[in-house]
Amino acid sequence: MTRQTQGAAAAQAGMVQRILHRPITATLIAIALGFGVAAALLAAAGYDPGASFAALFEGVFSKPKYVSNTIIKAAPIILTGISVAFAFKTGLFNIGAEGQYIAGAVCAVLVGAKLDLPMPLQIPLVVIAGVAGGALIGAITGALKARFGIHEVITSIMLNWTMLYLNNFVVQSAAYHRPTSTSSIPVNASSFTTILPAWKTSDAGLETLRQVPWLYDFLVKTDVNIAFLVAVLVAVGAWFVLFRSKLGYELRAVGFSRDAAEFAGMPVGRNTLIAMAIAGAIPGLAGALMVTGVEPHSISTLAGFENYGFNGFSVALIAGSSPIGCIFAGLLFGGMIYGGQSVQMAVGAPTDIINIMIGTIVFFVALARVVPLVADLLERRAQKRGARHA
Amino acid sequence: MEPPRGQGLVHGHAKERISIKKTRFASLASVAAAGALALALAGCGSGGSSTTTSDGSASANGSSSYQVSMVTDMGGVNDQSFNQLTWEGLQELEKETGIKVGYTESKQESDYATNVDKAVDQGSNLVWGIGFAMDSAIQTAAKQNPDVNFAIIDNAYDESDLTDNLTGVTFRTQEPSFVVGYIAAMTSETGKVGFVGGMQNDIIGTFEWGYRAGVAYANKKAGKNVEVTTQYLETFTDAAKGKAAGQKLYSDGCDVVFQAAGNAGNGVIETAQDAGKYVIGVDKDQYSQAPDNILSSALKRVDKAVIEISKQASEGEDIGGKNVELGMSDDAAGISEHHEHMSDEVYQAAQDLIEQIKDGTLTPPSTEDAYNTFVAGL
Repeated sequence: MTRQTQGAAAAQAGMVQRILHRPITATLIAIALGFGVAAALLAAAGYDPGASFAALFEGVFSKPKYVSNTIIKAAPIILTGISVAFAFKTGLFNIGAEGQYIAGAVCAVLVGAKLDLPMPLQIPLVVIAGVAGGALIGAITGALKARFGIHEVITSIMLNWTMLYLNNFVVQSAAYHRPTSTSSIPVNASSFTTILPAWKTSDAGLETLRQVPWLYDFLVKTDVNIAFLVAVLVAVGAWFVLFRSKLGYELRAVGFSRDAAEFAGMPVGRNTLIAMAIAGAIPGLAGALMVTGVEPHSISTLAGFENYGFNGFSVALIAGSSPIGCIFAGLLFGGMIYGGQSVQMAVGAPTDIINIMIGTIVFFVALARVVPLVADLLERRAQKRGARHA
Repeated sequence: MEPPRGQGLVHGHAKERISIKKTRFASLASVAAAGALALALAGCGSGGSSTTTSDGSASANGSSSYQVSMVTDMGGVNDQSFNQLTWEGLQELEKETGIKVGYTESKQESDYATNVDKAVDQGSNLVWGIGFAMDSAIQTAAKQNPDVNFAIIDNAYDESDLTDNLTGVTFRTQEPSFVVGYIAAMTSETGKVGFVGGMQNDIIGTFEWGYRAGVAYANKKAGKNVEVTTQYLETFTDAAKGKAAGQKLYSDGCDVVFQAAGNAGNGVIETAQDAGKYVIGVDKDQYSQAPDNILSSALKRVDKAVIEISKQASEGEDIGGKNVELGMSDDAAGISEHHEHMSDEVYQAAQDLIEQIKDGTLTPPSTEDAYNTFVAGL
């Protein structure tokens, strides 16, 4: 081998290693592996994987309203994902996103169903109520950790259940129960965060929209609301607070090493409380936006969790705990869940296969640290070979 | 300096994550197992359908191009209860007639409307909503898609809300409740039996008044004097409340309790096991949950109902614009086959009652007023 080709090979190997070292690569490989496992399962069960994946993608992209629904469904899990990611960056494990989400939804209903102010006042009030509810639940967890050192995983799991039962209590209470149903009364129409709720179903609105068929499909047939836009803003905000502010610097410092942060004179207890309150506020916001933005604009008796918070976990994991990454991970996750419904109808495969696929992707993302190790191994081999040649 | 520390962070939490994820993975594993099972079932189903279609027997009435789909409520298609029963019914329908069937699963309440919408888009001719929680989602979809039939389990719509393509399906649950009431009264040794209801409404009322009428019937015909005590939980989900209500009834001297309270009713079954008393199951045969304590079960055959009505619709019959009530005469209600905890005479008498209900000589009451009239006429 000449020296030149050796040099080119080494450069090429270097590039492969650089690519393998980038976090996004591991995520993409994990997603590909997830699809691979699902394809194998589908084939083993006698379903055509190609047709199944085609149905999955058609279920997300083939109609404007599907795209619209995917975005609507992705918004709350993007937010809960950001919450988990935010807490993770500050060294906390926010498994309480589920309960904080419920707290947000409950508080939004508590305020929105009884209060009926003009829209510009009502919407902020209802949304703030939800944010405050979530933040309070997060703060309880944070305070218990800061003051008594009780692990946040324990308290937030307990609070998840507390919130579930609080939700059921509110639904059953005389003031909020909708007769002969398992739901609460809905929030007043003045709190709807649906985009153009009144205009799009009015005669004039329908007339105008019919001339633009895709917009008609996108707007009229779905509950398009502001949640996704808010989620993007929150992602940017979370990124800014974490990486561009003094507060974020301190929060992350506590996350890296409590002792070092304390030694450096940072108020560790206060920072834990603040971090959990912020992490709690975000799912609270998601809960409030779902109540105000999506039919039936109310809460219902829950037998188990709706998994908004736990799906947020998977989203944060896929996103590598990057708030901005949560936007894309949330869209991917929302798309798979929503598009997955089409697979059963189109090819007859059970929707469980989609769940397995999502599980596999999360599993491989969790294993993602293996990928840089592989890169290191390749590097070492290349070095050895180089040494031998020299 | 950041990356290695960041990794340390991930490391430190990995253990916790594993412990928390464990439950999720356990459920994933069970989902996988159930999935494999469902695959096997679905495999059989589609195999069956292709043969019927090639025979030409099914395509004769055009049902091979007919498509029925269901949208589950939040329980999902493997809920061990009526969603699963409905899906099994639809799979049987596919095997029998070659009608194409499918489902979409709702994980969250906000999924109802979008899942129904998707079922319509996939070319379904009839869409089933499972459970009265979906009443408004189904009703809205019926208004928006006049060419597609919609039906819902466990919900009757107001006359004014019924569009031509909308069917509400309810069950005459007072019929099996009447029969188990009779069995309870005939089996009780203390002369006291209990009833636990999930929520005080019209649907659960049919269970209570049917049951009470069954007891009254036994009192009259067999010269007994059995009393009924009633407890309402105001929940279908909280098993702890069911347990508390069960404890109260058993300690008050009841030795048979009929529970119609969904998941909360499982609490009553647990108490019956602890107290060594009898309990009566509801909706599906709950015998396997407590073989030593389940006296009988009042069955609601959701699967028979979806098969029957879907068949009618596929044959071009007009099913829309009305509420349908199904009962024993439609084989959509009954009692458990397990009867080792009661005497053969009682079981035989119960079978006779079922026959009488089927041929219409006996009409169990479903409301308090009807109950009073019924008792007065005994």
